[in-house]
Amino acid sequence: MTGRMTRPVLAACLTVLVLLALVPLLESNYLIDLFNEIMIYALFALSLNVIIGYSGNVSFGHAAYFAIGGYTMAILLTTYEWSLLPAFAAAVAFSFACSAVVAYFCTRLTDIYFAMLTLAFSMLVWGVAFKWRSMTGGDDGFVGVDVPAFIAERVPFYYFSLVVIATAVAVLWVICHSAFGRALLAVRENPVRAGFVGINTRLMRWWAFVVAGTFAGIAGSLFAMVHRGMYTESAFWPESATVLIMTLLGGMYSFFGPAIGAASLFLLERLTNEYTEYWPLVLGTILLAILMFLPEGLAGLAQAVRRQILRGR
Amino acid sequence: MLKIEGLFKQFGGFVAIDDVSFELLEGEKHAIIGPNGAGKTTFFNLVTGHLLPDRGSVAFQGEDITGRPPHRIVKLGLARSFQRINIYPRMSVFENVQVALIARERQEFRFFRLAAGLCGPETNGLLELVGLDEEADELAGELAYGKQKQLELAIALAENPRVLLLDEPTAGMSPSETEEAIRLIREIADARGLTLLFTEHDMTVVFGIADRITVLHHGEIIASGAPEAVRSDPVVRQVYLGEEEAANGAA
Ligand SMILES: Nc1ncnc2c1ncn2[C@@H]1O[C@H](COP(=O)(O)OP(=O)(O)OP(=O)(O)O)[C@@H](O)[C@H]1O
Ligand SMILES: [Mg+2]
Repeated sequence: MTGRMTRPVLAACLTVLVLLALVPLLESNYLIDLFNEIMIYALFALSLNVIIGYSGNVSFGHAAYFAIGGYTMAILLTTYEWSLLPAFAAAVAFSFACSAVVAYFCTRLTDIYFAMLTLAFSMLVWGVAFKWRSMTGGDDGFVGVDVPAFIAERVPFYYFSLVVIATAVAVLWVICHSAFGRALLAVRENPVRAGFVGINTRLMRWWAFVVAGTFAGIAGSLFAMVHRGMYTESAFWPESATVLIMTLLGGMYSFFGPAIGAASLFLLERLTNEYTEYWPLVLGTILLAILMFLPEGLAGLAQAVRRQILRGR
Repeated sequence: MLKIEGLFKQFGGFVAIDDVSFELLEGEKHAIIGPNGAGKTTFFNLVTGHLLPDRGSVAFQGEDITGRPPHRIVKLGLARSFQRINIYPRMSVFENVQVALIARERQEFRFFRLAAGLCGPETNGLLELVGLDEEADELAGELAYGKQKQLELAIALAENPRVLLLDEPTAGMSPSETEEAIRLIREIADARGLTLLFTEHDMTVVFGIADRITVLHHGEIIASGAPEAVRSDPVVRQVYLGEEEAANGAA
């Protein structure tokens, strides 16, 4: 997690990128939408991990910033007929601003108090989306987002989404592996010691929260476009729980872990729903398995296996 | 360098530091000794901003620093190490030291400057200095205890302090490690012109390094002066060295 971009990692990233770029060749609307959504949730989970894996705090309310990005995008594109670039910039800026304010309060606290406050703020965001019917559509949702013509078709939108997400992930990678990212790890590992080498731990945690919220906003604004709508579920607490589980399943101690977790959980949910109605049961079992057997998630498991193989040689 | 006046701290009803006034002179190597629970660590915590005093003031180089948070005090050039190991266990030895340098160089808010290799030469130099160069890539949490103690020292040195507070720098080390640590601390303090304030139970360490000793007992200073004077002070002999000798005799 703390190293440089090694060659195998870079190769893996490029391979995934190429494979994703090839998805439209399958000419399946179902698959294109599926992979688009997986990419969005991967970015969402990666953003959450800046708070969890890098700053060492747990957020129970990360869906709020996803929803803020999504609703802002939906409303500006449709109600106010803004064009894509300004709407997107505004959605990102508004996610940034909202997380900046919330982070100011949350980072005064740590541990469970921090987590509960993130939850409280997300309920507030949900409440606004639910009640402000004239603006957000309330519990009917904001239906019928005007997506600009050049990306209105499924395939162009898919490529648009791929470019935005790949860029966002690359930027996030740099931030997490920057001087800031390294100092943030120190704050996670030992806040007291980090303070004693001159790091303002609260300000670091504030920035981590803001970075996370901003990138969640990017994911949310793409979500609003791919679905041509935004719904209160996206701001509701189970959504925050889902992205949290994705992050833990993938592995919070690895940069790419949460993306793997997002893809796995998403595919599993689709598969399960095809055959049974017991998704919550499956989800519960997965959560149990992570907590009991895979504290470092799938990425941690992969690393352990790799170490075993290397040792065997 | 460091001037403390009327420092007072209580936990609940228990007075841990009782009206302590103290001055640390530039360039000296000053030991604070005292039995377990005398208040040495609490004193360090008050000076470095980890705890807020109930009364009294702390001034560093003429500047009042009472009540400032640790991260601001450190930046003035006052660093410390900890009695109980206080490192970043899941980061490599290299990164443990590197982070201190990143913070010292005020790079911690550089979002687009990759950390790999940042401050590399200086980090490696510090690791070499404390004898950890071969362990650079190991996880700090997996080091042997004595090595973690050395890492603790390297982190404190990385801040390039003018005054260094060491809380029992050799506690838990083997005799040979202790000897090596004494040599190292003395050497570094001399080479860098550091002012040193340290606590220690091991009298060979105290007399091996200190050129002034202050004795703390029940949160009060009961003696202060040159090592020989303190050693022969009857009160000190009774409350502190006496206990030590009695303990040694019994052992
Ligand atoms: N945070 C705290 N809350 C309550 N009591 C405390 C706290 N910190 C220290 N004490 C008490 O204050 C007294 C002084 O403790 P301190 O750790 O400063 O002693 P010390 O001289 O460093 O001892 P040692 O030689 O064992 O390290 C002890 O009785 C301790 O129990
Ligand atoms: Mg102590």
